[in-house]
Amino acid sequence: MSVDTATVARIAALARIKVTDEEIAAMVPELNGILAWVEQLGEVNVEGIAPMTAVIPNQQRLRDDVIGADPLTGGDVREKVLSNAPAGEHGFFGVPKVIE
Amino acid sequence: MPKTASELTDLGVAAIREGVAKGEFTAVEVAGAFNAAVAAAQPALNAFITLTPEKALEAAAAVDADRAAGKPLGKMAGVPIGMKDLFATTGTKTTAASNILGNFVPPYESTVSQKLWDAGAGMLGKLNLDQFAMGSSNETSAFGNVISPWRREGSEAQLAPGGSSGGSSAAVSARIAPAATGTDTGGSIRQPAAFTGISGIKPTYGRCSRWGIVAFASSLDQAGPMARDVRDCAIMLEAMAGFDPKDSTSLDKPVPDWEANLNADLRGKKVGIPREYRMDGMDADVARVWDEGIAWLKDAGAEIVDINLAHTKYALPAYYIIAPAEASSNLARYDGVRYGLRDLPQGAGLQDMYAATRAAGFGPEVKRRIMIGTYVLSAGFYDAYYTQAQKVRTLISRDFMDAFQTVDVILAPTAPTAAFGLGEMVSDPLAMYLNDVFAVPASLAGLPAMSVPAGLDRQGLPLGLQLIGRPFDEQGVLDAGLAIEARAGFTARPAKWW
Repeated sequence: MSVDTATVARIAALARIKVTDEEIAAMVPELNGILAWVEQLGEVNVEGIAPMTAVIPNQQRLRDDVIGADPLTGGDVREKVLSNAPAGEHGFFGVPKVIE
Repeated sequence: MPKTASELTDLGVAAIREGVAKGEFTAVEVAGAFNAAVAAAQPALNAFITLTPEKALEAAAAVDADRAAGKPLGKMAGVPIGMKDLFATTGTKTTAASNILGNFVPPYESTVSQKLWDAGAGMLGKLNLDQFAMGSSNETSAFGNVISPWRREGSEAQLAPGGSSGGSSAAVSARIAPAATGTDTGGSIRQPAAFTGISGIKPTYGRCSRWGIVAFASSLDQAGPMARDVRDCAIMLEAMAGFDPKDSTSLDKPVPDWEANLNADLRGKKVGIPREYRMDGMDADVARVWDEGIAWLKDAGAEIVDINLAHTKYALPAYYIIAPAEASSNLARYDGVRYGLRDLPQGAGLQDMYAATRAAGFGPEVKRRIMIGTYVLSAGFYDAYYTQAQKVRTLISRDFMDAFQTVDVILAPTAPTAAFGLGEMVSDPLAMYLNDVFAVPASLAGLPAMSVPAGLDRQGLPLGLQLIGRPFDEQGVLDAGLAIEARAGFTARPAKWW
């Protein structure tokens, strides 16, 4: 499978990355080179093989259902949560107008 | 006799810890010597993004005070280290070498770094790396290339220190840090260690907590130590490893006494040599060092066994589907809302702000991988690419498990060549990816794997050998590494030009 400029533009839109026409033109051959190379995986007989889900078998754990059990994430840390926000306003994350 | 600053910076982890414990010198003296070495090398090597000499001194003073008070000292007591700038450090900028996190100051500490501080280590600074750990040469950093302290004989051309842990490898090999943290997603500890003539181990997936490490590909990312020898790696890995309830993939297993159990006697052990790693057109020096490694392990008492890892050639293409897929998902969090860079063009709405922010904040290689990941996960292509790659990953893992029915550890080269020059590979992303051909299979299978320095190539540059072990058998990897280290007699170091 190979990609054209329209496909690359669509991928960039899905990935929420603004790209110029020149950037798209440069990416088309690069992505096609990489995609052509990974195509060789199609040669492998994978009949009856399950896709890898956990590389080292491990039990999924549940934590105790206790509010504030972890002081880092347990609440009362609003200032810390907002400390790196580009627009932390009135205790909230500020964003441009979403609803017209 | 008090030691001079350059005598102190020649010491590794074990020697510093011992000297501090015995009172031969103070931790503050050690920190001061390394701080000065870092400051002197920084303009030439650019190994660090942020320097924190005061942190190194503060930790050292605490160790000296503990010793004076007769308190027990930790595994890393008095050892100042470099911290890859992928580990969140409270109050110290953590950038992942990307503009999108250029001003990010974490209000929390990663589990691994906290464990190191608890063990008595101090922080010299935050080390440069490939942006979001995506790269094999440290040329994708938003904060400039790291320059390897190594040079080819008779040349002043700038060489790559490897990547992504290129600041770590440059700092340790230049003797401006006795040890450093690294992270390894597809070779990012082992390949830079090989390029710079130092040791580094990626433990079994889950040994070191991923909590507080900026995520790249979560099913592959593992932290590990980079240091000058095998013993120092064992000491530091003990300090870094351990169960962490905050990481859902953390292994709930006790941390073995790797250092105390080090044993280079390999009698009764079987070492596998994978046929598929001996590729057509293999570099003659790499092949020679591999053959020497086989002879050294034989000399240590091991039996050598040829093995098949039939799906080896598919590991790299599988990796370049799986890792970008996970990266595209992980990096969706950088949206200009909660932290990091925001680019809000005049009159832009929310979606435009996301796209502008990510365009301004991510470097070209990061964008490339996000795009590939987005494509292979998109509707209609998911099964053909992602599911197929995960099935191939199962087969690669199965190859290793079959081999480990017969052998205890596997010996292979770490990288297909010695260090290349800066700029030599950047124009061809595929050629750069191929540099990880020997490192990626163990990553896909979650296995412990280590690089140890083994010799020099015809241009005087270091070459590494890789040891790959069974899941949870870091000891077997370290022991075989020690057997090679004892016989390789690798004492080469970069001549100081900075």
